[in-house]
Amino acid sequence: MSSDAIAIPSARTEARPWVEVVHEWVTTVDHKRLGILYIVYALAFLVVGGIEATIIRIQLIRPHNDFVSPQVFNRMFTMHGTTMIFFVAMPVLFGFANYLVPLMIGARDMAFPRLNAFSFWLTALGGLLLYFSFLGGNGLYGAGNAPDVGWWAYAPLTAKTFSPGPSSDYWTIALLVSGFGSIGTAINLVATILCLRCPGMTLNRMPLLAWLNLVMSGMVLIAITPLSAAQIMLLIDRYLGGHFFDTQAGGSATIWMHFFWIFGHPEVYILIIPCFAFMSEIIPVFSRKPIFGYPVMVGATVCIAFVSLSVWAHHIFTIGMNSYANSFFAITTMAVGVPTGIKIFNWIGTMWGGSIQFKTAMLFSVGFLFQFLIAGLTGIMMASAPFDWQLSLSYFVVAHFHYVIVGGILFALFGAFYYWYPKMTGRMLSERLGKLHFWLFFLGFHATFDVMHFAGILGMPRRIYTYEPRPGWETLNLIVTIGAFIQGVAILVFVTNLVYSYFKGPKAGNDPWDAWTLEWSVSSPPPAYNFASIPVVASRRPLWDLKHPEDPDSRYE
Amino acid sequence: MSDVTSPLLERDLEWKLPYRGKVGMAGLIIAESAIFSIFVVAYLFYLGKSITGPTPREVLETPIFFTVCLLSSSLTIHLAGKELENGHRKTFLILWSITIALGALFLFGTALEWHRLIYERGLTISTNLFGTTYYSLVGLHATHVTAGLVMLSVVLLFSLADRVGMDQSARIGTLSMYWHFVDAVWIVVFTVVYLVGR
Repeated sequence: MSSDAIAIPSARTEARPWVEVVHEWVTTVDHKRLGILYIVYALAFLVVGGIEATIIRIQLIRPHNDFVSPQVFNRMFTMHGTTMIFFVAMPVLFGFANYLVPLMIGARDMAFPRLNAFSFWLTALGGLLLYFSFLGGNGLYGAGNAPDVGWWAYAPLTAKTFSPGPSSDYWTIALLVSGFGSIGTAINLVATILCLRCPGMTLNRMPLLAWLNLVMSGMVLIAITPLSAAQIMLLIDRYLGGHFFDTQAGGSATIWMHFFWIFGHPEVYILIIPCFAFMSEIIPVFSRKPIFGYPVMVGATVCIAFVSLSVWAHHIFTIGMNSYANSFFAITTMAVGVPTGIKIFNWIGTMWGGSIQFKTAMLFSVGFLFQFLIAGLTGIMMASAPFDWQLSLSYFVVAHFHYVIVGGILFALFGAFYYWYPKMTGRMLSERLGKLHFWLFFLGFHATFDVMHFAGILGMPRRIYTYEPRPGWETLNLIVTIGAFIQGVAILVFVTNLVYSYFKGPKAGNDPWDAWTLEWSVSSPPPAYNFASIPVVASRRPLWDLKHPEDPDSRYE
Repeated sequence: MSDVTSPLLERDLEWKLPYRGKVGMAGLIIAESAIFSIFVVAYLFYLGKSITGPTPREVLETPIFFTVCLLSSSLTIHLAGKELENGHRKTFLILWSITIALGALFLFGTALEWHRLIYERGLTISTNLFGTTYYSLVGLHATHVTAGLVMLSVVLLFSLADRVGMDQSARIGTLSMYWHFVDAVWIVVFTVVYLVGR
């Protein structure tokens, strides 16, 4: 580890015309700027998707409500799901990967900087196309504007007969375009991690964040592409008169389900693996211990990636597969819990006996561990086909996957924000607002999604526009909606914190958390070239070695 | 401190990682393989499920000559790369042009076949399931051949301007990987459509 990689003073910037600044951001190929663009873009869509969720919840606050029309309700849940998965979760995770991976492996940029910019702008175009449907969707008399076919877009809902006008096509093309963007970024991450590591950083010494993003990128290559292929088929059906999903010409509606979920299930792991990566960086630093079981963590991740490719049909137990298929997918789904459990034990093992500091980032991490465990357990329940027959398409399922996506992914992401915001901006986020954000969000989350489980067990189906005043349903739905509002307030606190701390937060310095990976060796924010001279590493914790020359990790490897 | 760095500075000298172009292209090939797999699965799944004719047995003819053209272009592009590595620019240029010609000939073959199917046999993409899956799968492959030909032609132009030398051979190697992939996919498509599918 050469010491001149440390403490490069950030260049003084003078006020420049805003056109120049915008031009610089639009034409940038710097991985850090693109990372921030991804993150800001995703945060904007988080607000949009959140507003859609709020509209859904206001509509369901009491029986026979008519806050929005059924048509608008269908558009809201379609747009909410599509937005949150493709234009919030994916870009924000790619943003963090873009920003952090080169810094953590001691590289000056990604392997293909221009491809990186191209991928971001493809993703951005995808999101804009999706939302342009509100304006451009009314192509025909009687046709709706925004897509309303659900985020799975099951056939035959997407057939011309049932979805006239171009609204479904906006959905298809938006996902196709942003899918190409994702593939570009995945190729870039794989090439960066395999080809640009600094001297001494063998695969065995890579930070877990880099390892897990490597696995995630590999999954993107294999799992996003089936969706692209299915979208191409759907376009052929809708525009060239093809019959892929046209049951009247012998086509099959269920094959769309298979193609969609061949993408859809690995997608969950594409989203959660980078969150595992955040946990594997944050928990050790705030427990003041190196990660427990590094090789096992890597092995478990690769194992999850493989097994998760063969579990997709547990989403469609209800379409009536034969008993062999049901058993196969039930067993593989339960099997995926094993490597995931190993990871949870490893994080607990890291915390065990450590001197834990409950900073906001760590609070969110512990929240993640707790909630992701419960989400995993309800997942195991649903893996059993007969149980799934009973509860599939009910609010139990909605509660389960929101537990994964909000309780798991979003909590981990908030942790990542509190942990890396100082590196990205040079300012600390307010701990006081952070703690308020955490507790409000925690409360709102549990009010909403714990209660949804019960509504589901009582038989409330998902995607219904309104419901009869049945015993229990009214109170439960009221609590769910109140919880949603509490989460909304928490998000406002978070945004306030982001904006306020950007201007008024205390200066962060290079290494506010006394951490061990290379990104903390450079200034905050890092200079455009990242490292003045490329670092050389001798262990998994290069900064530990530098700070403790009397007892470096490299001695034990 | 010296304890930490000294053994590494020596290793620094032999620190060698794979070429990013090759790794990136390998990533693209993995992604493309997944797309083709889905189309192949759809083709096989819908075999014999068309409600109306024509069927593959009635209308398809095995394009052996054009297949030989495409597959032999893999050999010529490989030899071209070898020649460039050894600095023989002239032979590189000749072999590269032959590769493009063979690829173009293959596309011409596809065009002939489609013309015959559409105008003589009345099979279009909307006729039946066979038409939909056949034109999508073969068309997807032909699109990739076309994209490959565009890239090969760009190299040809640079080469004619005398700008392609030994120092570009790693890039040429990356492009060859793509071309080999397109050829390998044709073996799968050929097997599925013309051998299994009839």
